Amino acid sequence: MELRKNYFADVRKDDLHEVGQPRPRSDSPGHVTGKTAFFADRNFPGMLHLKMVRSPHHHARIRSIDTSEAEKHPGVVKVLTAKDVPHNVYTILILIQIGPEDETVLADGKVRWKGEAVVAVLAETERAAQEAAAKVKVDYEVLPAVFDMEEALKPGAPLVNEYHGRNYYLYDSGECRKVRFGDVEAGFAGADHILEQSYQSSPIEHAPTETTGCVVVPEGNDRFTCYTNTQAMFFTLDNASIILQMPGSKLHFVGGTVGGGFGGKVDVIVEPIAILGAKLTGRPVSFIYSREEEMQISSPRAAEKVVIKDGVMKDGRIIARKVTGYTDAGAYSRHSPYGAQKGAGHYPGPYTIPNVWIDTYCVYTNRTPSSAMRGFGVTIGDFALEVQMDRLARLIGMDPLEFRFINAYRDGDMKAHRQPTEGAALIECMQEASRAANWPVAEKYMAMSSYVKGA
Amino acid sequence: MAKVPVQFTLNGSEKAEFIDSGTTLLNALRDKVGDTSPKGGCHQGTCGACSVIIDGELRLSCLTLAETCNGTAITTTSGLAEGGVLQPLQRAFLDTFATQCGFCTPGMIMAAKVLLDHTPNPSRDEVVEALSGNICRCTGYEPIIQAVLTAARANSQNAA
Ligand code: FES
Ligand code: FES
Repeated sequence: MELRKNYFADVRKDDLHEVGQPRPRSDSPGHVTGKTAFFADRNFPGMLHLKMVRSPHHHARIRSIDTSEAEKHPGVVKVLTAKDVPHNVYTILILIQIGPEDETVLADGKVRWKGEAVVAVLAETERAAQEAAAKVKVDYEVLPAVFDMEEALKPGAPLVNEYHGRNYYLYDSGECRKVRFGDVEAGFAGADHILEQSYQSSPIEHAPTETTGCVVVPEGNDRFTCYTNTQAMFFTLDNASIILQMPGSKLHFVGGTVGGGFGGKVDVIVEPIAILGAKLTGRPVSFIYSREEEMQISSPRAAEKVVIKDGVMKDGRIIARKVTGYTDAGAYSRHSPYGAQKGAGHYPGPYTIPNVWIDTYCVYTNRTPSSAMRGFGVTIGDFALEVQMDRLARLIGMDPLEFRFINAYRDGDMKAHRQPTEGAALIECMQEASRAANWPVAEKYMAMSSYVKGA
Repeated sequence: MAKVPVQFTLNGSEKAEFIDSGTTLLNALRDKVGDTSPKGGCHQGTCGACSVIIDGELRLSCLTLAETCNGTAITTTSGLAEGGVLQPLQRAFLDTFATQCGFCTPGMIMAAKVLLDHTPNPSRDEVVEALSGNICRCTGYEPIIQAVLTAARANSQNAA
């Protein structure tokens, strides 16, 4: 590996001993010998298998649930419905005071997305659990559903989630997260060119090779050991403690070995119900998503829509940027209010723009709840912003890389959300990219610096 | 449910189990025999994480009924290292950073082993073809391809 030590040489002690050196991964020997213990590699005598009965409708009222046939199915040990869950309505981010609680562990009176968990069946074998789940009878009254964010925000749209009472997340700043910096309209008025474009993305599934799941063992000391592939151990433990109304000291979580996560395993979905099953039956419980569940049920990256309007000068300076961002949370919040909020801080991009106006909405629809995925809230925004940057450069007939040098943020610049820029390295990255990609730029850009004033 | 006897060798040792008829080899190995090195990523023949070697041929254990394996010799990744010493293929996966989460690794190693057993000096295209039934969501495949080519070189040096 080649390390370029000329960048930041004057502000860094050159004492890198580990960076640039290959070091063996500590977990690789386990992987190549098949010894690494993933959660599903734990097998316990008497272990039960949990299967979910899921909603076939995008939006429906539940008139009644009849589990009597399922309970009689050979091998079935327990059938759970909403009334069995001590604290059935929860939301993951309540741990950091981001409410309201808006999601049911098992549906209670209503389903809000196709695939929502309604009834949990625990049986001696996977097959028995599957067969019994097919015998649960749920009587639904289908309701009108909404799948498009802009439709959901119109007056008269079907209300997705009563816990919010409106189809968007209500921030303390109102119906959206807002950033106001300078005077964007004055900026547009003084611009040589205006470019407005909208960008849209679909939900993206992480598709980890190992599906989501956990194995729970009731221990002799009245505690429960939960082997899980969650990416969020303490979030999961604390939320399980709330949902089960059980002190966290009764829960022992074992994890850290995740067969691919990419953000798809940060929601608290399988553990609480599996622990409840173990508690009510006194037996180990395994709840593992099928591949179909992993693709259809686990949260994807949110669909997003980003509308960007820029005012640009002929000399390359962007002088005004107005962005409206929409994040499709699906039926429940999970991590999406946070994703939309991240977008608000991020949309100016790594550029210094004197007049900025941003609104980001977290919208509820009857789609699969979305959540975290690698840079959620910013990745789609970056796609939109950088396509927009190329278009702006083309509009004024400027090289797209030189255009970015002109607008790049530097140490000391005030960002639109009032954080002064510190430790910027965009200019240096672009200088290196220019060399590596053999995309030359004018000498004055190669002489620029993120942190030396005037350079 | 009536039980069916099955008997095979697993990594050289004799195994005999009574299983439910219809049990996949993947579940029999993992839940009955206790070899959890084959992984279940899809249980429908699409990911390759469950790959094992049966009588020298690469097989998806999730699509193989255990009762059809009577009298066969089965190899899994857990049986490769002898006396704790890694085989060149395992060593190469380690050295080229061909594992990240590691969930696909045992299946990848099985597919690579069958390739190298039949074709000791494969071309890059042959490696890609041999691994095409195995999904890896983490590495982007390139380090895995390099691992197999590296192992092939190491094998031929050892043979020379
Ligand atoms: S588990 Fe056999 S191919 Fe995926
Ligand atoms: S290393 Fe994670 S799937 Fe291959």
